[in-house]
Amino acid sequence: MLKRILLIVGVALFSVGRARSEDWQASVEIPRLSVSEYHRPYVAMWIQDEKRKCVANLAVWYQQTRSGEGEGTKWLPDLRQWWRRSGRSLQMPVDGISGATRPAGKHELTFDDQDNRFSGLSAGKYSVVVEASREVGGRELIELPFTWPSDKPQKLSASGKEELGEITFVIPATESLSQN
Amino acid sequence: MNRLVFSFLMLLVAVPSTSFAHKVWLLPSQTVFSGPEPWLTVDAAVSNDLFYFNHFPLGLDNLVVVAPDGTQVEAENKSTGKYRSVFDLPLTQQGTYRVAVVNNGAFASWEENGKRRRWRGSADAIASEIPADASNLRISESVGRVETFVTNGAPTEESLQPTGVGIELLPVTHPNDLYAGETATFRFLVNGKPAKDLEISVVQGGTRYRNSQEEQQLKTNENGEFEVAFGDAGMYWIETSHQDEQTKIERASSRRMSYAGTLEVLPQ
Repeated sequence: MLKRILLIVGVALFSVGRARSEDWQASVEIPRLSVSEYHRPYVAMWIQDEKRKCVANLAVWYQQTRSGEGEGTKWLPDLRQWWRRSGRSLQMPVDGISGATRPAGKHELTFDDQDNRFSGLSAGKYSVVVEASREVGGRELIELPFTWPSDKPQKLSASGKEELGEITFVIPATESLSQN
Repeated sequence: MNRLVFSFLMLLVAVPSTSFAHKVWLLPSQTVFSGPEPWLTVDAAVSNDLFYFNHFPLGLDNLVVVAPDGTQVEAENKSTGKYRSVFDLPLTQQGTYRVAVVNNGAFASWEENGKRRRWRGSADAIASEIPADASNLRISESVGRVETFVTNGAPTEESLQPTGVGIELLPVTHPNDLYAGETATFRFLVNGKPAKDLEISVVQGGTRYRNSQEEQQLKTNENGEFEVAFGDAGMYWIETSHQDEQTKIERASSRRMSYAGTLEVLPQ
């Protein structure tokens, strides 16, 4: 038991210590919409290569409980591009990727740079893609291109028009990786 | 309602329709599904326009649904109304379903007591319904396929294996993986073999809301392949026909084959 507590403390300290510039950071804003019938959007965020192949899934937010409309997974194909690139061959839910839909506001995500989703990336051109789809609402897709690796930190940002607000993605410099 | 008479009428309408202006089609509620048991619902009709119910329903007696594992499954809630037929299908398996109305039959005409007689029906009925000594007899076989494809989860190809009968569409690009702005490649087979120089027409749905058909006219190459550039997202209707003399029906002189498929193209 003590061992376990120590371990938890240790991990916590380690995590605090690692909340640093080496992490990949994302911020996804879901706009507050004034519509008569509002449903939280389904959102997917992933990294794709130049051939639009999904190389890393970052997040998928969907309704995870059953409702009167059936299982939330039923509407996952509405995230059309994510569904094609990745979703249709996944078994949902996926640990560390899938989560519940989120309300309007800014949502911060942090990814450990040692995560093999990034450490395994080969050099090349990629983009971060954020796709949102809302029941009785619209659908929007934002692409943020970047080059990997880079000796300077890269801050990508763009704003959606309807279903997505401000999207930012911060990629640490590769140097900091090699120093680790 | 006498079902037999009714379905026979359906056959009359469905089989020769592609040779006239009429379009025969299945319209799936959607083509990309997810979940433990999503339900597909399909409309089936014959009309001048795509995809409007304004002429005739398409008979469902020859509905053939091939599940992702290659087995045939039954549709549910089949019903035929004034202008369209409807059926439902629970997608209990993961993968691609091939949903088709396959009409195989024969046309005949001959002279009897100086008058021209016309007949349509199944090939098996020819022997009993046409006099053995009919004069000026002309029989032609007809093989028609009207189909669409739907996928639960990731696309698969097990259900798309050709039957070797009539005209069939084979994927090079999977029929449930079509996106606006991309070019898709398909292969047409006639009796299981790649068919060269088939004339193909591709029309996007919603013809009522534009002034022209905006039909794409395409032709298969020596491998039976052709490419379609899908500009807009939407439901598309793809049609071709072919005539030859390779009929296996006794006394028949020609064989007419037709194909009509509905494909969904999604936005990027």
